[in-house]
Amino acid sequence: MTTDERPGNRADEQVHMAAVDEFLAWGKEHSLFYLLFATACCGIELMQAGGPRYDVDRLGMIPRATPRQADLMIVAGTITHKMAGRVRTLWEQMTEPRWVVSMGSCANSGGPFSKWSYSVLNGIDKYVPVDIYIPGCPPRPEALIDGVMALRERVKRYRTVGERDRTPYIVAGPEAPFGGHCKVPDFTAKKPDGGGGGSA
Amino acid sequence: MTIEASTPSGERMTLNMGPHHPATHGVLRIVVESDGEVVATCTPDHGYLHRSIEKIGECVEWPMFVPYTDRVDYVCAMNANLAYCIAAEKLLQSDPANTFVVPRRGECIRVLVAELNRISSHLVAVGAMAMDVGAYTPFLHGIAQREGVNDIFEKLCGQRLTYNYVTIGGVAYDLYDTAIDEIRRFLDQFEREMVRFNKLVTTNTIFRDRCASVATVSAAEAIAWGLVGPNLRGSGVDFDLRRDEPYGIYGELGVQVPVGQAFAGRKGSVGDAYDRYVVRLLEILESIRLCRAVLELLPPAAAKANDPIGGWQADVGKQVKRPPKGEVHVRTEAPRGEMGYFLVSDGTKALFRVRCRTGSFTAAGIFHHVMRGIFLADVVAVIGSFDIVVPEIDR
Repeated sequence: MTTDERPGNRADEQVHMAAVDEFLAWGKEHSLFYLLFATACCGIELMQAGGPRYDVDRLGMIPRATPRQADLMIVAGTITHKMAGRVRTLWEQMTEPRWVVSMGSCANSGGPFSKWSYSVLNGIDKYVPVDIYIPGCPPRPEALIDGVMALRERVKRYRTVGERDRTPYIVAGPEAPFGGHCKVPDFTAKKPDGGGGGSA
Repeated sequence: MTIEASTPSGERMTLNMGPHHPATHGVLRIVVESDGEVVATCTPDHGYLHRSIEKIGECVEWPMFVPYTDRVDYVCAMNANLAYCIAAEKLLQSDPANTFVVPRRGECIRVLVAELNRISSHLVAVGAMAMDVGAYTPFLHGIAQREGVNDIFEKLCGQRLTYNYVTIGGVAYDLYDTAIDEIRRFLDQFEREMVRFNKLVTTNTIFRDRCASVATVSAAEAIAWGLVGPNLRGSGVDFDLRRDEPYGIYGELGVQVPVGQAFAGRKGSVGDAYDRYVVRLLEILESIRLCRAVLELLPPAAAKANDPIGGWQADVGKQVKRPPKGEVHVRTEAPRGEMGYFLVSDGTKALFRVRCRTGSFTAAGIFHHVMRGIFLADVVAVIGSFDIVVPEIDR
């Protein structure tokens, strides 16, 4: 197989005869710069995902230190009541279109701290709209990549005008792009507002 | 290097670092008042990751608190588990009716995983410090090597970061079949990698000069401010709980303790940022030696888990449901220094009070002292050199 025949290199795949909007969405899909924002344990797994083995750079994901240059906010770790307002501020500083991935049980619902802790926010979706929920304490880097692949599908469908897809997506089960390494009961159907939305 | 913090105008500028800042290792806010390029005052603001872990300890049963100790210090979760479990065992054993002992093999596995986790924790520390002063590649080398430890732990207990492996009375599972070979292979490979790492970073003139004589803490200051662990030893104080108050099987291993001695040479001084960095690297090498020594001592596995020699988990199920009254304080040597647990039991299933004493807390306490008079650009290098982990401060 020569270089030209490999998937993705053929001429008809390279030329995009599409509207500008579709072209922009294609560009955004392949360059999701994420905010280097890690609060707790999941931050270490986020670091590992950026490391040589998982290497999210190959997906066009490069960490940015300032929210003004970031498209994607990965909320990695526990958010306390003191921190929640700051997360909202960071999110407001990001430019549209912006996406939020909630990584780990703490950001989804408070996780192990939801029941007894007096200072932990039960779910960051009370402060910022979340697109993708990734369960796990902490999730493996593969689960994070699963979430990012699901988000990329959503970014591909994004159009400047029109309704934006806001359905929460939970990375779990066999429908996840890399295929269910994490089996959970089917609670997604019962709670369309996001199974990890927090109960308190 | 101390510079007189006054400019002709005397104007001060307040600068907020964090709570979102890539160099603060989490969510620490530091309010820096600078006078030109020189830091005049520096005030850490804590509590952005206060998860009330100590309070949770009063709500849950004794074994249920072990997963929360993972989250106190997630970079070295095995050591955090170990500190709590040793404290809980000591409190249980204060009742003469409780005669259990942790099996010998269990003790060996505990030390083995604690030292492996010390390696992976110090890798994050030295990599992140190099990243803070502007070198990204060493961080990636550290992360890549960390995966080796993660793989071993994942096969051991199913988790990559928060292990919940050390339990009250031993460890949760025995070593898997090929564990000893894999650990040996990892240590050999990792030792070779450390030579490369030292060539890349430690002996690098730019890095050495950048960190030499930055934020020097003298031995007297380090003791007065309560620094612990590598930060204390970096200042030249020869103190390590693994050697001086041995717990587990550390007493048989003969732990060598590296101390800071102005490694940066002519430009450096004892207790500067470079000393703290080198002490961590030397501790990694010592941990490799300790791991190999433990593998020599490891008795073969017995058929039963509670076998006093070849077992790994003593029977404590009944004891933790009816614990004795009393209180205990146990301190252990975690990668970030002394990690102590103070437990008070009132005889019920849940503890009456849990207090966790951690190394990062005192390290953050000295910030306002060492940062006075240094350059603004050195602030991140200082934070990196003290190797703080924010949930250890806030808990």
